[in-house]
Formats: sequence, C-alpha cells, structure tokens
Amino acid sequence: MLIRRPSDILPSEITPRELFLRRRDFLKTAAGAALLTAFPAIAAEKLAGARNSLFSTTETPTPYKDVTTYNNFYEFGTDKSDPVEKAQRLNTRPWSIAVEGLVKHPRTFAIEDLIKLAPLEERIYRMRCVEGWSMVIPWLGLPLATLLKQVEPQGAAKYVEFISAADPQSMPGVKSRVLDWPYVEGLRVDEAMQPLTLLALGLYGEVLPKQNGAPVRLVVPWKYGFKSAKSIVKIRLVEKEPNTAWMKANAHEYGFYSNVNPAVDHPRWSQATERRIGEFQKRKTLPFNGYAAQVAQLYAGLDLQKFF
Amino acid sequence: MAVQPSPRQLAVLKILLFLICLLPLARLSWGAWQDSLGANPIEFIQRSLGTWTLNFLLITLLVSPARKLSGWHWLLRLRRMLGLYAFCYALLHLASYLWLDQFFDWQAIAKDILKRPFITVGMSAFILLLPLAATSSNAMVRRLGGRRWQQLHRSVYAISLLGVVHYWWLVKRDITLPVLYAALLAVLLGIRALWREQERRRQTNF
Ligand code: HEM
Repeated sequence: MLIRRPSDILPSEITPRELFLRRRDFLKTAAGAALLTAFPAIAAEKLAGARNSLFSTTETPTPYKDVTTYNNFYEFGTDKSDPVEKAQRLNTRPWSIAVEGLVKHPRTFAIEDLIKLAPLEERIYRMRCVEGWSMVIPWLGLPLATLLKQVEPQGAAKYVEFISAADPQSMPGVKSRVLDWPYVEGLRVDEAMQPLTLLALGLYGEVLPKQNGAPVRLVVPWKYGFKSAKSIVKIRLVEKEPNTAWMKANAHEYGFYSNVNPAVDHPRWSQATERRIGEFQKRKTLPFNGYAAQVAQLYAGLDLQKFF
Repeated sequence: MAVQPSPRQLAVLKILLFLICLLPLARLSWGAWQDSLGANPIEFIQRSLGTWTLNFLLITLLVSPARKLSGWHWLLRLRRMLGLYAFCYALLHLASYLWLDQFFDWQAIAKDILKRPFITVGMSAFILLLPLAATSSNAMVRRLGGRRWQQLHRSVYAISLLGVVHYWWLVKRDITLPVLYAALLAVLLGIRALWREQERRRQTNF
C-alpha cells in the first residue's frame, strides 16, 4: 500500500545548512540504525531514514532550536519552555509499548524492535497547534499501520487508544492536576491506518529529543497537535470512542476528532489563521492542515461542525 | 516611622519611578532587537504587555492602602504616574494585538471582539480606562470637582476585575496565575470594603 521512493529532493534544499552538515558527518560514520541498536547508549543521538517525498512538504522546516524549545508537553509543565528544561530526566531506555485490546496477537514492542520493524522514513509534516501557531517538522518514523498490521486488529475494534507515560518521579507536571493523567488520546481505526499517520522516533535526523515526546510519539498531521500523543507506553484497540485527556478537561472546546478546520472556531482562538513560527504575518489555515486530498474522504458524510 | 521626603527628594523619586516603570518595555524592546524572545516573539511581547498592564493596575490599587497602613501620605503623589503607566501598557498591549497579532485585519478584529469572550472583556476594560486617562490631569480634577472625579475613578475596581477575568478566560488549562491575581485583587478590594465598613460603623455610632 505504501509507495516508497528514494528521496528525489536533495536534503540540502530543505534542511537548514548546519543540520545538513551534521547529517553529512553522521553519514560518514555510516550504518546509523545498526549502530544504534548495537550501542544504544553511545549512538542515541543520530537516526537515519530515507525521505519519503510522497508524504513530505517542500515548505521550509522550522529551525531545530524552535522545534525543540517551544513545546506543549504538560507532563513537564504548562509553559512552552518547561519541556526542554524539565524533560531531560525522563529515562527513555529501556522503553516498550504494549499493544493490546481487540487484537489477534497482543504484543509488547521494545523500542529497539520498533526501530527495526520497518525502514525508517523521514517525513516533513506541517504541525498545527490548536493555539493558532504552526511549524514544519522533519520527523523520522514508521507508519502506525505497520505496527497495527503486526498485531492484527479484530473486526470489533473501532478505535485506537494511545496512553502516554505518567511517571511523577521524572515528570513534574503529572503532580499537578491540570489534566487527568495519564494522557490519553485516540483515533478511529481507519484514521490510524491512514498512511500519513506516523509513529515518530526521531526528528531532524536525530533520536526524538525528550521534550518532543521521546522515545516514541504519534504524529497525525491533519489534526491539532494535541492529538499526537507523546512518550507512548500503551496502545489499545477498543470498541468505544476513547475518552481523551482533553475531552475530559473540556469536551465543549476539544472534540474527539479535532481535525484542523478553519471553519470551526475555538472559543479562545480563531482557527481561520495561524502564525507559522518564524514568520511575521499570519497565514490562512487550510482544511485538514493542507492534507484534505489524502484524508477528507475519511469524513465523507460526517458533519464536521458537530464532530469537531 | 514617619518618612517625609522633601519636595526635591520627591521629584527625584518620581524620576526614578518613571524610569523603573519603563524597564519592562526596555527589556521587551531589547529582546525584540536581539531576537531573544523565544520561538514566538509576537506572543511573548503581547503577553508580557498584558501582564504588565495588570501589574500596574494592581500596583496602582496598592497605593492607597499602603499609604493608610504606613502613614506615608506622599505615596499618593506617585499614584497618577502608576495609573498612567497602566494605561500606557494597556495601549501597547492593544497595539500589539492590532498590529503584531492581527495585522490590522479589521474584519477578524471585529469578529474577535464580538465572539471571543476574553477579548470582549479585555476590550471593555480598555474602553473603561480611556476616561480615566483623559481625566488624569490636575486641570481635569478641578473641572470635574474632587467628588465626581473620585466617583469616576472608582471604575478602576471594575477595570481590574475585568482584567483578571480576561486573564482567567484566556488561559487554556493552568489557571495558577489568574488565581493568584484574583487573590491579590480580592485583598486589595477587600481591605477597602473593610475600611469603609469600619468607617460607616464609626459614623453611625456617634
Ligand atoms: C485593561 C485591559 C487589559 C488587561 C489588564 C489585560 C491583561 C492581559 C493579561 C494578563 C494577559 C495574559 C498574559 C500572559 O498570558 O502572560 C493578556 C493576554 C492577552 N490579551 Fe489582554 N489585557 C487587557 C486588554 C486587552 C485588549 C483590549 C485586548 C484586545 C482587544 C487584549 C488581548 C489579549 C490577547 C490576544 C492576549 C493573548 C492571548 C494568548 O496569547 O492566548 N487584551 N492580557
């Protein structure tokens, strides 16, 4: 189903220069993934993946510094600067994801197995936050569908629930009650199987920085950022729509679908426009964050005003 | 301890205070110039100006209780400047919204003011500040007469309350800071209510 093509855009055309140079250094040391699994402690920095141009935007990626210092990750605090300051104590090795619920072969994947499950791909996605700002991020990862096919969802499974780590020892935000921990997110099974839906293990040619949801997170580029659960420890296939952390917090403002939709305003933020980090003037927000061609048919017949 | 600065000392004090009140703005300008305001400088500027508007409103409200508690009557001579700074920061906060945030998209702005409750409340607070700023000069106090002037300027209580509500309604989930501001405002207004009540009792007792 997935069409993999060798990257036909030179990385230098898109990646900021200093990163491109670092990537070259890395290529010289060669065999990234193999090295990583052989010496996880030493090689925990770099991660290689061929760019999947079919699913990548050619827009300029947001600088690495902004992507890794301006984050919403409430497990570490509610300020944008909290994650980078407080996430470094999170222990991401060993780590595993338990995949269970309505599946034929429930299984726990160690992070090392996940990396080997399929060749990693680089995908440059737009990311639109519900707060009205956006970024362009070169993720590294594998389609969530690849993982789900391994466990084979049963026919009764209608939804996929994602559960994030909630360790009060290393995640200071979990001690506060801003959200009902652990963080829970969810997708419909067809959304989860959509080829764009990514299980990300890295960004900018590196293992995911802790503040970005290490060691493994979801990326659903046509939905508001909070749908993309971080530091995932459990994936469950279920029959009923999961009650997500933000729906529990405020169902009136955060719907289950939360597809990027300029026509449905949030009471606090107009969703018609967005500020791309690094740009001065706002841009128009696109339906499904510009991924309508790929995903709009998933919602044929659904009233998007009602199921926001 | 009765501290009574001489007119000269008071003049120096006013100049110092004037400069100190400019510090938040200087820091923002410097940060913008150096590009050190983080990934989203516009948001940073806008929020910082909002925070300082509220700070100055509360500091202004602190003057009269502080004077009463300390007996330093000259503190009152600093109040106008603080109030005008609250107005200045509010004006800059509004300007940052109109210019940096919305880029003079009047249609979006009108929709915002009508549709997003926290903006409606912020805008109301700002509009209520206008007559206070306009009547801040000695000449205006005289023209209105002390009593009417005072009545008019009591609206600063409502303005501060609207400011706190504005803040409370705009945060996504973590209401720690709005709650803190609400508590401070409750103390500042509560102490006034208490004193007024005591005053009333004293008068009825005689
Ligand atoms: C007396 C008047 C006002 C006060 C005291 C005030 C105060 C504040 C405060 C404390 C914040 C939050 C700062 C932070 O998050 O750290 C804020 C943010 C904000 N204010 Fe105001 N404000 C006032 C008037 C206005 C007006 C007139 C507008 C626009 C018409 C406005 C629009 C905004 C916006 C858009 C934000 C940022 C919201 C966000 O980043 O999500 N405010 N204001």
